[in-house]
Amino acid sequence: MLTEEEIKEITTELVHAERKEAASIEALMVVQKRRGWVSDESIRDIASLLDVTPDELDGVATFFNHIYRKPVGRHVIALCDSMVCWSLGYDPLLDLLRKKLGVGFGETTQDNRFTLLPAACLGACDRAPAMLVDEELHGPVTPEMVDGILQKYK
Amino acid sequence: MERPLTQHIRPHAEPLSLAEYEKAGGYRSLRKAFALTPQDIVAMVTASNLRGRGGAGFPTGMKWGLVPAVGSVPQPRYFIVNADEMEPGAFKDRLLLEGDPNQIIEGIIVSAYAVQTEKAFIFLRREYSLAGKRLNKAIAGAYEKNYLGPNILGSGFNLDIRIHSSAGRYICGEETALINALEGKRAVPRAKPPFPLACGLWGRPTIVNNVETVANIHHIVNNGPEWFKALGVGRESGTKIYGVSGRVKSPGAWELPMGTTIGELIEDHGGGMQNGYALRGMVPGGASTDFLLPKHLATPMDFDSVAKAGSRMGTGTVTVLDDRTCPVGFVHNIELFFARESCGWCTPCREGLPWIVKILHAIENGRGEQEDLSILEQQCRFLGPGNTFCAFAPGAVEPLQSVLKYFREDFERHIREKKCPWRTS
Repeated sequence: MLTEEEIKEITTELVHAERKEAASIEALMVVQKRRGWVSDESIRDIASLLDVTPDELDGVATFFNHIYRKPVGRHVIALCDSMVCWSLGYDPLLDLLRKKLGVGFGETTQDNRFTLLPAACLGACDRAPAMLVDEELHGPVTPEMVDGILQKYK
Repeated sequence: MERPLTQHIRPHAEPLSLAEYEKAGGYRSLRKAFALTPQDIVAMVTASNLRGRGGAGFPTGMKWGLVPAVGSVPQPRYFIVNADEMEPGAFKDRLLLEGDPNQIIEGIIVSAYAVQTEKAFIFLRREYSLAGKRLNKAIAGAYEKNYLGPNILGSGFNLDIRIHSSAGRYICGEETALINALEGKRAVPRAKPPFPLACGLWGRPTIVNNVETVANIHHIVNNGPEWFKALGVGRESGTKIYGVSGRVKSPGAWELPMGTTIGELIEDHGGGMQNGYALRGMVPGGASTDFLLPKHLATPMDFDSVAKAGSRMGTGTVTVLDDRTCPVGFVHNIELFFARESCGWCTPCREGLPWIVKILHAIENGRGEQEDLSILEQQCRFLGPGNTFCAFAPGAVEPLQSVLKYFREDFERHIREKKCPWRTS
């Protein structure tokens, strides 16, 4: 069940949408913002609010990489793996993060603190290698800096 | 040297507030624009020879002139700013969006007036959250001053701007995929024709322009097309936000005259290669452009000159390939990006790119065969222009076809020695 607050916020988005379906991404994000991810149940609830089928909405939800269909940790680390970051130290950084967190891409640490994800070019090629933790951009990141960065996120 | 687009951008500092921006001459173009007819402005932009800064280089004035007349197609019209910068190697729009958000809003207002739309969207990639905050502030300020909203400054022209924070995927940079995403659908490209100019967002005429393109418009209105043309050093007009990244001493993005050479960018602005590294090649305009070699350093970075050299200026952000980075590994990384980002709509792209990645991975890991090189060349043809639904796959194979041509010996060494010569272990 969507909360009243969620329904209210999605309804606000609908005001700006030419057709209800146009607010799909905004609506999914309203739920994800509060719950951290979008469950099958939420897909059904949002779909009925937008007058689309759950399958149609799931097709949208699974297309876009920022919509999480699985639970994520409290913080999401998105490590840029595109050509500039790759050529300036991506591999050692990934090895280090895997070791420190004990998880690979798409996985969440046992304490639910971090989820590690690959990221397409973050548009920070002058700061390579770069990574995003939640909304905060870090770069250039050296292996020595990783501990200090991770400590900022509890 | 004039730098209209970055004149107010101070590195590592907050952008100008609306009041500071106005004091520095900002928003003066609006009254000037409203005193002209929309057709006058389209004519000015056409005369300026401004070419789209998103990568394709299509003349902006011509694009605007192609919007079907009111009455011949359903109305209203929509204006979309493509701020979905996600091309590997590109970081130029970020500079403009974060550095001077008020300028972007002013550019949108004048552009929207010129093409007579009352609704504009900024399609912004979600990772650019700082840009999003600053744009929202600039938009709120503009509404307060009636630079946005109904009857702007008494002109009778109305405009609303909304930011769409994209949920990801590189394909959204393709304008018809972008339009599908805005409609709340899967962001797969649409068949063309009809082109968005006639039938775009919700079946209505839709103009999509890149951030940097839009940022130029009010400067052209303020200063005239002749001024704009004189900004370039070669045959093409204006300034350009160029960038250099990779193993150079000072990577960055700078506004320079259109036609600055690749060599000047790397040496004078990027500080040259880092000590102990030599230049082997570069992709001049992002990951979807053909490699060029050190012999091309004298090439002016404008659309026609880079095309003549066998590549594309694309976004204008150069990435260097140094002599201690494996070219096979480099292009493997590029193709991995494209294979992952393919929307999967059409078969050559969906199936061909993972096949390319598999072969490159095998070569890079010492399991390549001589025959693989001809398969890769064949794939470059199969995924080339005309065989796929959109320009994604042809762009994806540009760096591959040129790396096979220019660095063939590196591929053959991998196959012969059954290992990557750059790897120590």
